[in-house]
Amino acid sequence: MLGKLLDQLQAVGRSGTAAIEAIGRGTLLLKNSLFWGGPGSAGFYDLLKQIYSVGVRSLIIIVVAGFFVGMVLGLQGYNILIDFGSEAALGTMVSLTLLRELGPVVTALLFAGRAGSALTAEIGLMKATEQLSAMEMMGVDPFKRVITPRLWAGIISMPILALLFSTVGIWGGAFVAVDMLGIDDGAYWGNMQASVEFYEDVVKGIIKSVAFGVVVTWIAVYQGYDSVPTSEGIGKATTQTVVISSLAVLGLDFVLTAVMLGGV
Amino acid sequence: MSVSQPYVSVRGMSFSRGDRLIYNNMDVDFPRGKVTAIMGPSGTGKTTLLRLIGGQLLPDSGTIMVDGHNVPTLPRKELFDLRRKKMGMLFQTGALFTDLNVFDNVAFPLRVHTDLPESMIRDLVLMKLEAVGLRGARNLSPAELSGGMARRVALARSIAMDPEIIMYDEPFTGLDPISMGMIVKLIRGLNEALGLTSLLVSHDVEESCAIADYLCLLSDGRVIGFGTPEELINEGNDEVRQFLRGEPDGPVPFHYPADDYRSDILAGVN
Repeated sequence: MLGKLLDQLQAVGRSGTAAIEAIGRGTLLLKNSLFWGGPGSAGFYDLLKQIYSVGVRSLIIIVVAGFFVGMVLGLQGYNILIDFGSEAALGTMVSLTLLRELGPVVTALLFAGRAGSALTAEIGLMKATEQLSAMEMMGVDPFKRVITPRLWAGIISMPILALLFSTVGIWGGAFVAVDMLGIDDGAYWGNMQASVEFYEDVVKGIIKSVAFGVVVTWIAVYQGYDSVPTSEGIGKATTQTVVISSLAVLGLDFVLTAVMLGGV
Repeated sequence: MSVSQPYVSVRGMSFSRGDRLIYNNMDVDFPRGKVTAIMGPSGTGKTTLLRLIGGQLLPDSGTIMVDGHNVPTLPRKELFDLRRKKMGMLFQTGALFTDLNVFDNVAFPLRVHTDLPESMIRDLVLMKLEAVGLRGARNLSPAELSGGMARRVALARSIAMDPEIIMYDEPFTGLDPISMGMIVKLIRGLNEALGLTSLLVSHDVEESCAIADYLCLLSDGRVIGFGTPEELINEGNDEVRQFLRGEPDGPVPFHYPADDYRSDILAGVN
């Protein structure tokens, strides 16, 4: 009985130390790969290539998702606001919801599933097929060559994707509200223009999505680099990327919102 | 540095993985300009030794001198310089970059490390590919190559920067006889043509004896025999001869350590 209890206690302790070790390794990876330059460092072309593969190739899912989310917001918002006779504020509601919250957060979640998992699997497979080792033995630092451009591609792509998501979402809202439900065109856009502030709403949303870009891409490259180089290990790492980065995004979103609103 | 000095010199090196001691205070020298085959039963850490020499793993203690540089204590930048200028490694699977075609794989180290114009890189790559007989395959992607071809491309890539030492990790594993013959010919030929020092990890006795100047036999974290193939086959101790002749029983027992057979069987009866 006592022995079993001790075993369980030890297991808790082990998972605790394992988590702390993982954070340590992740921080080291970030330190080694955040800055450019070093043996065989990647160039500007590599960055463009990675922006293409993580950013440009995420465009379709972001744009389609943004349009639907915007349409749903328009529909739901209309049905709530009509009860108060304030459906003219629909444009404000849709745009603020998207710019402040849903744009950055949903983009980050979709990005984690679409690009984060792909990054993890790619780096994990490079490790499993000894490509990273081969690079090291050629005198090329895999951190600088492989990780750095991917990390920066994620950090650069995320805010752009989030802005696109919000933009398309606002169009989607307008499509439902103006074209289908018959809200006045001028009310939708005019109220939006009057109430959305560049710094308070747009810039703060961008700051959020940059933070999410760092977190999601960091988790993705770390999970790939640290994966057990077997098919099972890479599968697990890919799942971990999506789970951990989704939770991290949602948790960080609360913290950032609290700090930005200053209300907590 | 004189020609007679060993290219790689390991002194008092210990390395453990978890609780398992893989090397215990090992001393070994690999002579300059020769092909040395590192052999031994599976799991003795032959590949680990290559990774230690390449600086990808750090020993617990001891020195590993590669051409006068102590690899474990080199700062990161100098270690990368040493690898770039002097070392080449051929991995078991070839480890080609899957997003690049054959030509770009061989050109990769040249493009990363040099400022040569593209026309010169092209000439160099074609020369390296010609050396391994795959100039015609330059536009293929790694997925289109057979195992033997992938390994030859990887070999061309590892000689792209004209290293002084090449380490081959299990170069014969899983190849058909023709591909195996090609790799054997290439390892020997490159060693002579380029004046390389070659280290070869393998457990194919026949191929290794055919191309190696020296054999280095490892078992249980120590060197149990070092010498020319003839010396070891004729004069090695019992364990060395058992390995080289592939005998199932000898100093390395056929049976995994166990209790007395008779009492073990009878224990189930009661």
